Amino acid sequence: MKILVPIKRVVDPGVRVRPLADGSGMDIANAKMSINPFCEIAVEEAIRLKEQRLANEGVTTEIVVVSIGAQSTQEQLRSALALGADRALHIATDASLEPLAIAKVLHAVVRQEQPRLILLGKQSIDGDHNQTGQMLAALCGYPQGTFASRIEYKGEEIWVTRELDGGLQTLALKLPAVVTTDLRLNQPRFPTMPNIMKARQKALAVIPLADLDLDLQARLQTLGLDSPKLRQQGVIVKSVAELVDKLRQEAKVL
Amino acid sequence: MTLSNNPSALVLVEQDASGFSLINLKVMGAIERLREFVDLQVDLLVVGKDCAAVAEKAARIPGIRNLLVADGDSVEHQLPETLAPWLANLASDYGYVFVGATTFGKDLLPRVAALMDIQPITDVIAIDSGCEFTRPVYAGSALARLRTEQPIKLLSIRASAFSAVELAESSAPITPIAVPQAQNMSRFIGLQQVQTERPDLTAARVIVSGGRGLQARENFQLLYQLADKLGGAVGASRAAVDSGFAANNLQVGQTGKVVAPEVYFAIGLSGAVQHIAGMRDSRVVVAINKDPDAPIFQVADYGLVADLFDALPELIAQL
Ligand SMILES: Cc1cc2nc3c(=O)[nH]c(=O)nc-3n(C[C@H](O)[C@H](O)[C@H](O)COP(=O)(O)OP(=O)(O)OC[C@H]3O[C@@H](n4cnc5c(N)ncnc54)[C@H](O)[C@@H]3O)c2cc1C
Ligand SMILES: Nc1ncnc2c1ncn2[C@@H]1O[C@H](COP(=O)(O)O)[C@@H](O)[C@H]1O
Repeated sequence: MKILVPIKRVVDPGVRVRPLADGSGMDIANAKMSINPFCEIAVEEAIRLKEQRLANEGVTTEIVVVSIGAQSTQEQLRSALALGADRALHIATDASLEPLAIAKVLHAVVRQEQPRLILLGKQSIDGDHNQTGQMLAALCGYPQGTFASRIEYKGEEIWVTRELDGGLQTLALKLPAVVTTDLRLNQPRFPTMPNIMKARQKALAVIPLADLDLDLQARLQTLGLDSPKLRQQGVIVKSVAELVDKLRQEAKVL
Repeated sequence: MTLSNNPSALVLVEQDASGFSLINLKVMGAIERLREFVDLQVDLLVVGKDCAAVAEKAARIPGIRNLLVADGDSVEHQLPETLAPWLANLASDYGYVFVGATTFGKDLLPRVAALMDIQPITDVIAIDSGCEFTRPVYAGSALARLRTEQPIKLLSIRASAFSAVELAESSAPITPIAVPQAQNMSRFIGLQQVQTERPDLTAARVIVSGGRGLQARENFQLLYQLADKLGGAVGASRAAVDSGFAANNLQVGQTGKVVAPEVYFAIGLSGAVQHIAGMRDSRVVVAINKDPDAPIFQVADYGLVADLFDALPELIAQL
């Protein structure tokens, strides 16, 4: 079996970012970069599925990670290899692509690789789109299980428990399928030193985006990036009584 | 500014445990705003099984041209594989398609969009013209102003950014339409719905949220007591949810719910960027934390530096 895991390089979630003064982009030139946390959860889940299937059924699984981005995205691909992915694909481009374009590129990769399962993050924490997995599922004509907090592999099907606004929904998807990960699916492991060494030997193929010959033209024009209105810092009250008084008399909300 | 050459909108009506979801009224609030730029004809679409009651309520939304109702077995669970191709077909007659930026809308809209070869704009928080929309990026650290010339605009609306319209007594005409054929790519197994007497987080006037500082699930009872006094809902930080103090669907933040109540109590939570992303538009923020340097105080209108286990019982007693 083969699992494809698309991962994205993003600014580390611990870094505070703001727009550039002229609003033309984000001020992230020297920011620490990481694998998008949801993608890391997807890589972890792929590794767990691989381990389980080997232990329970003696089945071998190949985990292929793919990332679309500049040369530097290879750092995140190497990290994923160090976590336990088997092989990496770097679709090389300096362009910043919209989710629809990313989904088209991934669709081309799916046609090439023919995975049984595609695990993506539910959302990239830079663009906060939450679109790519659903779009990829549509282009492939595959079922989708979004916002997964539990996955159970059952031969021809995969059972996915989804975190919805009103509770937890469980769906059985026919394979091949697309699943996107939510935060509570698992707790990703840390890479070990020997695995980091081993990752250097693993295959990382580079494919120039232009080789795929796709129409990836942007559909949206970014007019600018504004800073959100800052909340005014308020007052520190000394007691519960003062708090209640302020909420009643000043804010008039109680 | 270019107006869409097709000034009509289709709104996908969302259903929840109560039937007609309040998000629909917020989406209509966004449409009211769009109407300042475009003379819109608006149709609503209700899809599901046995959805007559929802349709009846949806028909009371003011200013509607037509209410389309697709009622049948194949759409009972509103599976995106079945809905998306059918919706893509319906949507091609409109200039705009709207859904709420809820888990329902987030699951479905991108699938429809890809089938139509359209890049949607999701999590819209402001409508700046008939073709210009604002959405937050980087957990709300920046607001992206976007322009689209696509002839059909697919939009999902953040409830916290728009005010709800009121239901009217009048009733829009209802047109039954055929349901799509089931695609059978996935099967519904079950839904564990959270039953609660309390107001929904995204609709509540008051929210009492707790974090890791609550220390245990039992202690969340303190928050419920406070919420009950104020007729409010309870929310939680990711750390509180991960620690099992509160249910998943109570998480407020970048990757949970986005709320904008009249009053937001942040208790025993530090105020990480990802949390603030979900509550920054609250009108009044109250923070109770024992660490005077906790970042939550930077966004709080009223801060109390105290041990929550002392302050909360006192607060509950004084209300
Ligand atoms: C990809 C990603 C997405 C995320 N999405 C979200 C999200 O949607 N929502 C979210 O909330 N977080 C999210 N997070 C997590 C976020 O970064 C923080 O880790 C989390 O919000 C911290 O929760 P907390 O404030 O409860 O815990 P902590 O940061 O541990 O804060 C606990 C606070 O309680 C105070 N405290 C402790 N004891 C007491 C006491 N007795 N009395 C008073 N105060 C006390 C402490 O001073 C401290 O400030 C996300 C993180 C990542 C990486
Ligand atoms: N440039 C990219 N390369 C590879 N995968 C991506 C890329 N962008 C997004 N993805 C995948 O799509 C998921 C959702 O991203 P988004 O739709 O941008 O929020 C991510 O978690 C990744 O799994």
